[in-house]
Amino acid sequence: MGKMHVKLTVNGKQVETLAEPRELLIHVLRENLNITGPHIGCETSHCGACTVDMGGKSVKSCTVFAAQANGADITTIEGLGTPDGLHVLQEMFKEHHGLQCGFCTPGMITRAYRLLQENPDPTEEEVRFGMAGNLCRCTGYQNIVKAIMAAAAEMNAVKEAAQ
Amino acid sequence: MNEMAPPKTERAAALKGLGTSRKRVEDARFTQGKGNYVDDIKMAGMLFGDFVRSPYAHARVKSIDTEKALAVPGVHAILTAADLEPLGLHWMPTLAGDKQMVLADGKVLFQGQEVAFVVADDRYAAADAVELVVVDYEELPVVVDPFKAQEEDAPVLREDIADQKEGAHGPRRHHNHIFTWEQGDKDATEAVISEADVVAEEMVYYHRTHPCPLETCGCVASMDKVNGKLTVWGTFQAPHAVRTVASLISGIAEHNIRIVSPDIGGGFGNKVGVYPGYICSIVASIVTGVPVKWVEDRMENLMATAFARDYWMKGRISATKDGRITGLWAHVTADHGAFDACADPTKFPAGFFNICTGSYDIPTAYLSVDGVYTNKAPGGVAYRCSFRVTEAAYLIERMIEILAIELDMDAAELRAKNFIKKEQFPYQSALGWEYDSGDYHTAWDKALKAVDYPGLRKQQAERLEAFKRGETRKLMGIGLTHFTEIVGAGPVKNCDILGLGMFDSCEIRIHPTGSAIARLGTISQGQGHATTFAQILATEIGIPADDITLEEGDTDTAPYGLGTYGSRSTPVAGAATAMAGRKIRAKAQMIAAYLLEVHDDDVEWDVDRFAVKGAPERFKTMKDIAFASYNQAIPGIEPGLEAVSYYDPPNMTYPFGAYICVLDIDVDSGEVDIRSFYALDDCGTRINPMIIEGQVHGGLTEALAIAMAQEITYDDLGNMKNATLMDFYLPTSWETPHYTTDHTETPSPHHPIGAKGVGESPNVGGVPCFSNAVHDAFKSFGLKQSHMPHDHWRIWKIAHDLGLHG
Repeated sequence: MGKMHVKLTVNGKQVETLAEPRELLIHVLRENLNITGPHIGCETSHCGACTVDMGGKSVKSCTVFAAQANGADITTIEGLGTPDGLHVLQEMFKEHHGLQCGFCTPGMITRAYRLLQENPDPTEEEVRFGMAGNLCRCTGYQNIVKAIMAAAAEMNAVKEAAQ
Repeated sequence: MNEMAPPKTERAAALKGLGTSRKRVEDARFTQGKGNYVDDIKMAGMLFGDFVRSPYAHARVKSIDTEKALAVPGVHAILTAADLEPLGLHWMPTLAGDKQMVLADGKVLFQGQEVAFVVADDRYAAADAVELVVVDYEELPVVVDPFKAQEEDAPVLREDIADQKEGAHGPRRHHNHIFTWEQGDKDATEAVISEADVVAEEMVYYHRTHPCPLETCGCVASMDKVNGKLTVWGTFQAPHAVRTVASLISGIAEHNIRIVSPDIGGGFGNKVGVYPGYICSIVASIVTGVPVKWVEDRMENLMATAFARDYWMKGRISATKDGRITGLWAHVTADHGAFDACADPTKFPAGFFNICTGSYDIPTAYLSVDGVYTNKAPGGVAYRCSFRVTEAAYLIERMIEILAIELDMDAAELRAKNFIKKEQFPYQSALGWEYDSGDYHTAWDKALKAVDYPGLRKQQAERLEAFKRGETRKLMGIGLTHFTEIVGAGPVKNCDILGLGMFDSCEIRIHPTGSAIARLGTISQGQGHATTFAQILATEIGIPADDITLEEGDTDTAPYGLGTYGSRSTPVAGAATAMAGRKIRAKAQMIAAYLLEVHDDDVEWDVDRFAVKGAPERFKTMKDIAFASYNQAIPGIEPGLEAVSYYDPPNMTYPFGAYICVLDIDVDSGEVDIRSFYALDDCGTRINPMIIEGQVHGGLTEALAIAMAQEITYDDLGNMKNATLMDFYLPTSWETPHYTTDHTETPSPHHPIGAKGVGESPNVGGVPCFSNAVHDAFKSFGLKQSHMPHDHWRIWKIAHDLGLHG
């Protein structure tokens, strides 16, 4: 099958790769670009382990062809923080034990990142609703919700202090 | 002479040892997308394997034509049973003493069964080729009902053993019968029940479901022909057992096999067994000379690897008029699917189902289990449970509720009246277990008080009156459960898997500068071993947990152990860790005494150091001792500071808990609103309260799923109806309630640190608790038993059948 030339901005870096028209974005990220933070937990867009941020929206990258993403600006878990400067969500997931096996975590944090952009001061109910596209089998969500609420509070406090 | 040491409490806190809610060391990599799961592994020249699977539940395979598939660009090989047969690998032994086809050998026995293995450059080419393999099937009659499977004229499923009268667990009385397992005193129990004042009898079905970890099963097999060494990275909950099994069935010497479990994305029992994908990947790597990766997709995971439960449990429980339980009788029809691939200790074909007397002092009991073949996927794994304990807990906790109805007695009171009393421990159960410790009344009273149980019952009565007056369409249910777990398999004298004793191990090396590495025979799948086992050691050897590296899962480096499942890591490997730590400390004591120029008996342990008795200002810290062990020639003592412990537990441990759920049911829509869930767990000594709570939240959510909607079902043709996450229920954050956790602490008397294990308790106790709450809501309308899962439709149906829809 002929391959297409796909250009992406991934975590602030411009990258080019070749992909068949049928190839899924998650496969291109993981196989071609060695970005293995986003995971594959199903093939029906239910689990959200493959969640990335594309053009300012949360996207399940198993449901997008790489060709559709041509020209898009994509952020994955690898682009949210650095070992020396973790994103506050990364810190809060650790602080509040918001992960166990870690398989859903990259998608979970990437989704939470967008949720807090969309709604910087969510109620617990809004967090639970806004995260419902990402499945976790280990934590029962209680500490994930706690971590996201704590991250929102922290981010808002920083914002307030800056103003 | 040393400076005065900081106070004990300050030094103990710095260790982050037992009882500390230490933050997890695993989280740095997981939160930054730097975990290393099996599908993240990439090797030069690596190929990708994919299965051709049977669309039929029972059919003869007349021919397999691979010609077109082999012509797909990028396809390297296609394996069928005919290719595996010369190697003797077309069948493999199961953990339960049966055998299972690796690839279809003449027939298929369940939908989704592995028929051929395609090896290609990438997963797309492999999938293309899978589509082009032409298999000619001749359909055969299908049996999905375990009762019909036992009828005289039922189709013969396992033609390979149709004439065998003796199975791995005793006589077989029918061609689809696997085993009968009996425990307890049949005659005495039947006599007690026939003479009893009150008897409750019910068929309780615990439906088929699946552990469904978020990461599916997979492996990368790499045969290095130059060095003759096979390495397999994979989702293995028991890497050492996999190595031994791989050696036994392949003929490759065990020292030439290295099994590595990298990060595992949840297991819950799904990753205990050996699957055809592993065998085919190994063979494919040998055939092609390059590494081969196989990772199943979600549909394959749900259809073919490791279902759980599927127990039809008939129970009879008897009592005196005033509610003293006198006997329990149970018979189970266990649907094992096409091959008996249950993951149970060898001598326990129905696992530890004989814990079904639960938390109660039941003097007489009898249990029999019949294992049966059907045209369903093999498995029967312990889905977040210790070998059929959740089935047992569900049976007894349902029977108690039904008995309470027969007695017209409050179910909380009936439980309290029959609990094993604190002073009865160690308690010998009628079905053969010695419960190590417990204080059920204290836990129960604490739970009832915490939720204001009398207040809840009053509210429920008021709601019922309002319902009857037509003021509300919602009923209130109160679910009660007091469960007793049996975990930590187990003593080598009665617990083995494929002849491998179920001990576990820990090896510790202290480095010259006073930090350490510990390696264990277990493997974390999210439990946080690297965090908690370092805490056990920190307290035992006085080295801060932050200075201890934990390593698991590589059979070339870790000591032999039986792995992580059945809540056995803390009870067995945790004990090994403490014992290895004590060996380190014993040697450290001798070194300290030498350095302090006193007799061994004249120094005493003080948090992180040995000090001279009566002169605490004269001491040597573990750091001092570690360095000395590497640089001083001490008469009579070998250099270095290392220890290993292989721990054979003297008994199981018996965690327990008291759970109370309150919910509201809309009788017209069948919808359920879980108002509150209170979970009190007693897992003995608590190593890391934060992690315990997390385990409880997670286990309760899996219990919620199972009790309320999650199931694997088949139509009459054996088509599996729940093969995607659209149809197989995993709760989201939206449906999952908020949990309140609590605890009591009754240490295990035989475990070195008194810990009992907790990971599976919330699933074992949670399922009956949710289910009892649903039943309780309808109790006053005459409902005794309705099978799980209690999804909206089934609840609506209960209300409808009880005439509540007018």
